[in-house]
Amino acid sequence: MASLLLRRTTNRNPKPLTTPNFSLNSDQSHRIRTVAVYSDADRDSLHVKSADEAVRIGPPPARLSYLNGSEIVRAAIRTGAQAIHPGYGFLSENAEFAQLCEAEGLTFIGPPASAIRDMGDKSASKKIMGAAGVPLVPGYHGNEQDVEFMKLEADKIGYPILIKPTHGGGGKGMRIVQSPDEFVDSFLGAQREAAASFGVNTILLEKYITRPRHIEVQIFGDKHGNVLHLYERDCSMQRRHQKIIEEAPAPNIASDFRSHLGEAAVSAAKAVSYHNAGTVEFIVDTISGQFYFMEMNTRLQVEHPVTEMVVGQDLVEWQIRVANGEPLPLNQSQVPLKGHAFEARIYAENVPKGFLPSAGVLHHYHPVSASSTAVRVETGVEQGDTVSMHYDPMIAKLVVWGENRGAALVKMKDCLTKFQVAGLPTNINFLQRLSDHWAFKDEQVETHFIEHFKNDLLGDPSNEMLKAVAYNTATFAATLVAACVCRKEHQVSVSSLPGSNNLNSLWLAHPPFRVHHDASETMELQWDNEDANDSKQIKLAVTCQSNGNFLVKIADNSSSGHEVKVSPLGPNDFRTEIDGLSININLAVYTKDYTKHIHVWHGKHHHHFRESKKIHLPSDDDSSHRPSFDMASHPPGTVVAPMAGLVVKVLVKDGMRVAEGQPVLVLEAMKMEHVVKAPLSGCVNQLKVNTGQQVFDNSVLFVIKDE
Amino acid sequence: HVVNQLRNPSWAIVQRREYCLGVLPDGIDRTSEAFVTNSRAMEEIMTQLQSHVQKVLCGGGAEAVRRNKSRDKLLPRERIDRLLDPGSSFLELSQLAGHELYEDSLPSGGIITGIGRVHGCLCMFVANDPTVKGGTYYPITVKKHLRAQEIATQCNLPCLYLVDSGGANLPRQADVFPDRDNFGRIFYNQAQMSAEGIPQIALVLGSCTAGGAYIPAMADESVIVKGNGTIFLAGPPLVKAATGEEVSAEDLGGATMHCKVSGVSDHFAEDELHGLAIGRNIIKNLYLAGKRGLIHEYANSSSEYKDPLYDVAELRSIAPVDQKQPLDIRSVIARIVDGSEFDEFKKLYGTTLVTGFGKIYGQTVGIIGNNGILFIESALKGAHFIELCAQRNIPLIFLQNITGFMVGSRSEAGGIAKAGAKMVMAVSCAKVPKITVIVGGSFGAGNYGMCGRAYSPNFLFMWPAARISVMGGLQAAGVLAQVERSNKKRQGIEWSQEEEEKFKGKMVEAYEREASAYYSTARLWDDGIIDPADTRKVLGLCLSASMNRDLQPSKFGVFRM
Repeated sequence: MASLLLRRTTNRNPKPLTTPNFSLNSDQSHRIRTVAVYSDADRDSLHVKSADEAVRIGPPPARLSYLNGSEIVRAAIRTGAQAIHPGYGFLSENAEFAQLCEAEGLTFIGPPASAIRDMGDKSASKKIMGAAGVPLVPGYHGNEQDVEFMKLEADKIGYPILIKPTHGGGGKGMRIVQSPDEFVDSFLGAQREAAASFGVNTILLEKYITRPRHIEVQIFGDKHGNVLHLYERDCSMQRRHQKIIEEAPAPNIASDFRSHLGEAAVSAAKAVSYHNAGTVEFIVDTISGQFYFMEMNTRLQVEHPVTEMVVGQDLVEWQIRVANGEPLPLNQSQVPLKGHAFEARIYAENVPKGFLPSAGVLHHYHPVSASSTAVRVETGVEQGDTVSMHYDPMIAKLVVWGENRGAALVKMKDCLTKFQVAGLPTNINFLQRLSDHWAFKDEQVETHFIEHFKNDLLGDPSNEMLKAVAYNTATFAATLVAACVCRKEHQVSVSSLPGSNNLNSLWLAHPPFRVHHDASETMELQWDNEDANDSKQIKLAVTCQSNGNFLVKIADNSSSGHEVKVSPLGPNDFRTEIDGLSININLAVYTKDYTKHIHVWHGKHHHHFRESKKIHLPSDDDSSHRPSFDMASHPPGTVVAPMAGLVVKVLVKDGMRVAEGQPVLVLEAMKMEHVVKAPLSGCVNQLKVNTGQQVFDNSVLFVIKDE
Repeated sequence: HVVNQLRNPSWAIVQRREYCLGVLPDGIDRTSEAFVTNSRAMEEIMTQLQSHVQKVLCGGGAEAVRRNKSRDKLLPRERIDRLLDPGSSFLELSQLAGHELYEDSLPSGGIITGIGRVHGCLCMFVANDPTVKGGTYYPITVKKHLRAQEIATQCNLPCLYLVDSGGANLPRQADVFPDRDNFGRIFYNQAQMSAEGIPQIALVLGSCTAGGAYIPAMADESVIVKGNGTIFLAGPPLVKAATGEEVSAEDLGGATMHCKVSGVSDHFAEDELHGLAIGRNIIKNLYLAGKRGLIHEYANSSSEYKDPLYDVAELRSIAPVDQKQPLDIRSVIARIVDGSEFDEFKKLYGTTLVTGFGKIYGQTVGIIGNNGILFIESALKGAHFIELCAQRNIPLIFLQNITGFMVGSRSEAGGIAKAGAKMVMAVSCAKVPKITVIVGGSFGAGNYGMCGRAYSPNFLFMWPAARISVMGGLQAAGVLAQVERSNKKRQGIEWSQEEEEKFKGKMVEAYEREASAYYSTARLWDDGIIDPADTRKVLGLCLSASMNRDLQPSKFGVFRM
């Protein structure tokens, strides 16, 4: 093979390009050359850098680049590629694209177009599955899409009910409706989102299972009619209907249940003459022990590494071999199952703000080192990259393997504590709490786990004891930070010394000299307790003692302070000794918006402190002042954008009367819709935005005037 | 505690021609009773010193400090700390100036001065303490301000004036205003330094009234802080009295007016921290003005150095508390110079004066220390050695522990006055950096030959137990009693033994008091009392600051032969 054109996957997961298994080193003499495609937003991203060649295919909006099949095919022809790997998102499940490839003489590394089409239409797929004897959730999968009709169908199935686009996946456009009066709004929203994301707006309805588990089976078929399964994955740990922790094999299930699932999945694949990699998703009702077919994903999924870990196979290699017409390398009885694997998805998101996606610059990015075969980190970003709001906000996947679930869990927790991201909020801390939770350890996984244990996982703002504990932990971290920052600043001063004259360097000898006293300084660190939605200022007084140690005292605290010994290990790494404890410290410091941000990692703790640079440039002209983002500065009734995004629909006109809670406009960001509602009843005023307009975080959208 | 730090592995290279000729022995007997007694006595003296220092570090009292803070103002030492490079040392000068000098306490003389690094450039800081008498200038305040300017001139250090002062202390105007070395000299010095290219920077962080207004006005560049900083020749009350005009301080001489209208100040600061940040920026942009002088190019300065072989902190035990106890100055030198290596000059001649070459933090220095009374030979040796260092541009360190030149007919006949004059001539005319530390006694003409205050050493420090006076208290009492007795005899008055003893006792007491390091440092006869354990460090910092200028050729006057 001369070269292979690769499709970029979801934005942050160019796994095929970054992991060794995609360069197909298994056969060195036949190394496959890779070509990446990119949109303007990803010009400098990692997947572009790691490919042998890269082709620009268009501007940032996915519709004009990553969803533009003909442009991608043109890129393949330009570079002489022979095959196209579609990755995980975008066109990976687009039958037209698969057909287009075949028509142009390119091998599409994936299932036959017919299977994509059959399974891509969720209503059609359920019909086929039903006929093949695969159990289905009660629901409506018809073509009649009239709102009134759908509402009748919903009443028949009974509430709660699930509304879901027939095309696409990943939770986009999905809605749970608790009662009949919410149905119409949700249904129309789902339709719009489906149209925006997948170009098709048909919707299906399903009974909503209250305590479900999401278990999916990895299947594989070749072009010779062989189909086998590679066991299942449990993907129940979800927030906003998106998976965040996946594991294989599924915990807490009997082995005959496991074989039933596998057999059902193989039957499903056979029903559509499937070849290549696919995933059959089941919903398991934990109360009845029943499982139902949900959908089949006709691509390799984001979470496939957990399966690779437990079966010891390289699924991407399998994909290419199968596409090349080779038979499957194993038969069902030969598929091993060894140990347990977890995948944790590291997202740029604001957990306390309801897991809203966040965007920003990765000022510090040190993923845990994937040194052993038991730890894999797949990432599409580097330090200094910007996580844009154009695509999915996933930063990395952390995959770990252990001899058993307990061992794998310990490893995952350890890796999460070492995964350092600073510059934008992430879910790492949340993933840590999740993996620390007793119920997760006890294998009590279910789709509503996070909702169910919300108070444990997201913190309880009313719990004063927890607040006090959190504050103490923060002051301890601040103590270490103060000592390390002083040492670090000093190091920087020393490194700026010109020449080598020791008389001059004497001025920067540590500790700094003072006549008959010790040098000291103060530091004011702002600490946000996200759990309690609370912010506290920690004032510290640091004295450089004559023995070179730092005495750090917290102001407004009666304690006599802590003596901290700091030994620099690297530019941002320190060994500290405090009260007989030796602790390794990692710091990340950057300045943004006149504020110095200091992140500190030690043990399992990660704290983020802000130090105001406080010096505002004087300005005689008020118009040149930066707009204030402080909510308090807006008049009451002002509604600001909860995040940066695109206005997709404005539902009212300026000056119109609205009731409290009435939707005013719809914002789309990170491919998710957010309805902005009126906070109170009144008249809409100063509606400043139009459909199609880009708005920024915290910018004023409109004002409701109470009348 | 033998520290032998090798900064550079190249030290490890064996060189066959390198002999350890000058390594000094330890030189002290730690088990001797004298050593133990001296250590204990010194400990007490250090504790007392610490308590005096702790007091002045608090400024002008809790209430004044609180008022200062309420105006969002920092204390002068905190202001300096925020101007310094992170981790920079600060060599504060005459910390105990004004100590028990006036009826009111005047911590640090109401002004903080010292040297530190800003953006890599050594600067002289002069910071008024508004918590001490409103930052007004007492006579000693003026003296300390002028001394800082003198050092800055000598060492070519940019000056940062942190102004927050009510101007001259009016009740004491007679001792503050009219004379040559009084208030007006501050501005004269600013003009002279500016003319020589030594940057003069004023940060107006508080009031700057009357004469004080000339500090920012005379500066090359100045910053004023909104709200707190004011510059005017006469404040609102005086203006009202003089012209009837009613005007607020801010409108009369605030930041906005001076930056927008009068042009008296160049930079407008929103608050004090902003002002200090601008101050740092100004130094950053000095560029060539803070350049290293030529001495650095010529100096025998090595980039690698060894620590002394013996614990520097032991100088505390060595420092003589009782002036009558002999002290081998070599045990002091052994704890000051790199690797305790000291190559003596004329070791066998005039042995009461120890002269030789050593290095301090890699910088070659000539060291002159007393090991007893100065005889004719010792004085000649000293003059010779000073000439040698002047010729080679080697900085001189004087370690004073001197009771004086030898007296008596033999000495006079031998021409001790002539020999002493040679040494004084040499000291006066040698244009190399000179630093004096008074480690023990400093009495009589010995003080002159050993580069006392009058000989303008770049820096002069005292150890806490050191004493300085024209002669010892007992000797002075003896002399005065003799004079008094002959006076009384002439007047025919009987002077009883008891009365004479009482007279002598009073004299001794007065001499004891006036000879103390506190008495000296309060009047700025020195640049501060230092902890003996800090001596090496302080010498290093002073040397570094002193090297910051061009070479100056030494030209000597007529030596009486």
